[in-house]
Amino acid sequence: MEMIYLIFIVLLAALLGFELIRKVPATLHTPLMSGSNAISGITLVGAIASAGGDHEWLTILLGTGAVALASINVVGGYLVTDRMLGMFKKKDSK
Amino acid sequence: MNAVDLTINLVYVLAAALFIGGLKLLSHPDTARRGNLVSAIGMLFAVVITLIDQEVLQYQYIVLGFIIGGAYGAWKAKSVEMTAMPEMVSLFNGFGGAASLLVGWATIVAMSDMALRFTSGFVFSTVIITILIGGITFSGSLIAWGKLSGKLGSKAVIFKGLRELSIAHLAAFVVVGIAFVYNPDSAFLLGLAILLALSFGILATISIGGADMPVVIALLNSYSGIAACAAGLAIDNTILIVTGLLVGASGLILTNIMCKAMNRSLLNVLLSGFAKPVEMGEVITGEVKVMSAQDAFYVLEAAQAVLVVPGYGMAVAQAQHAVRELQNLLEENNCTVDYAIHPVAGRMPGHMNVLLAEADVPYEQLYEMDDVNPRMENYDVVIVIGANDVVNPAAKEMEGSPIYGMPVIEVYRAKTVFVLKRSANAGFAGVDNPLFFKDNTRMVLGDAKDTINNIIREFGDQ
Repeated sequence: MEMIYLIFIVLLAALLGFELIRKVPATLHTPLMSGSNAISGITLVGAIASAGGDHEWLTILLGTGAVALASINVVGGYLVTDRMLGMFKKKDSK
Repeated sequence: MNAVDLTINLVYVLAAALFIGGLKLLSHPDTARRGNLVSAIGMLFAVVITLIDQEVLQYQYIVLGFIIGGAYGAWKAKSVEMTAMPEMVSLFNGFGGAASLLVGWATIVAMSDMALRFTSGFVFSTVIITILIGGITFSGSLIAWGKLSGKLGSKAVIFKGLRELSIAHLAAFVVVGIAFVYNPDSAFLLGLAILLALSFGILATISIGGADMPVVIALLNSYSGIAACAAGLAIDNTILIVTGLLVGASGLILTNIMCKAMNRSLLNVLLSGFAKPVEMGEVITGEVKVMSAQDAFYVLEAAQAVLVVPGYGMAVAQAQHAVRELQNLLEENNCTVDYAIHPVAGRMPGHMNVLLAEADVPYEQLYEMDDVNPRMENYDVVIVIGANDVVNPAAKEMEGSPIYGMPVIEVYRAKTVFVLKRSANAGFAGVDNPLFFKDNTRMVLGDAKDTINNIIREFGDQ
């Protein structure tokens, strides 16, 4: 049952992703990519459990490494996307 | 499910909704920035609520990792040049893949002997998939980063036996993967899987040439999401699964758009290194007509409608600000200025749009290929800046050409075409360009930025 339930989530999330992303215009494709970099930093959530648990040193070391790498994506991804999107201007908004 | 777990999962649902809402706002330039903020708030919720998990007992390592990674990420985000965006996104894809790999690895290391014996094979399968995809994403992205930033040569690297080696890797993935699922306590198998993934990532990317990089970045972007999704399956965390798939879908759609814009299948791009170079069916002969910046100015001064077609050469020459200045002068002269952007112009999807946005070109003036092609005859002058293959009429006219069938911006149908180019050689893909020999084409040779500045100076002298 548990596996079926996970497959359900996978299917629905993939379909939703395709529907949402198809509507992003070509002019925003670079911010879309850097923004999805940031979102893929969600691995941070998984890394926290490894780095913060009551584990052996190796688990904590790997977990801390994963926290650092995922944080680069989260912080760097959102900031650079914001910087880029701030540059997109309309004709008369100077 | 106890109260804490329930709360955590409810906040995850909220975070997922915020990610989805954020992506939805990204469908228009006016709302996109708000969308990014909404998405970031979702991330904040997801991370903060994870910290109250009962399994999280100590915070010093989490904080340490976050400070190191966050500081590096923030510095990189503030300091990166817009022209270097493809390298940065590539590098970040790699970090995402590596993070998932480490989470998968840590999950196995953290298991007790009891857990190793009684956990289901499904979990070990997802762990090994996480490690393989994460590893391929990491090493592949590093190679792509090296190629894009010029630290490695951008040419496809091919050697004898590459194909056999790649196939051997794929077979080894299956064998090692299955062996691991039955022997999850084997550090040897785990290490072998990581090494295999890393070396396959290198092999798969090193054989792809620089012009195909937009496809590779988009695909690696997708992998980094799929790796996060696999990690979510491995540690039974729904927010990772859902979010990873959103990113995976995004990357796949972009990959598909890029492939279509080059009239090639994904397989064809990935295996491009293996194909024999195509011989040109016919030799292009004719005379290239060179024009000086001063003469170009006289033509532009009389023009009513101008179309600018930028390519990677504009980024290299950092000419986008000069282009914007020229646009101002032309508009003051009662001439309309449009921009046409081919989906594979530059080194990543949408790269040209960002460069022009940086130079304050309003996004309404940027058009896609299919918007400008039907009204190409209306343009008095088309200025091609550092683009080559995306305006190559050989794609329409010459059946023997390697790019035959690729949709291009049909600039040759405009009244006059200026090609700004360093020299009259073939472009990046090594394809001869009949555009240079057309009667209505004038080559303005030299550095693109210098050329435009020279034209601007002519305007000033009047």
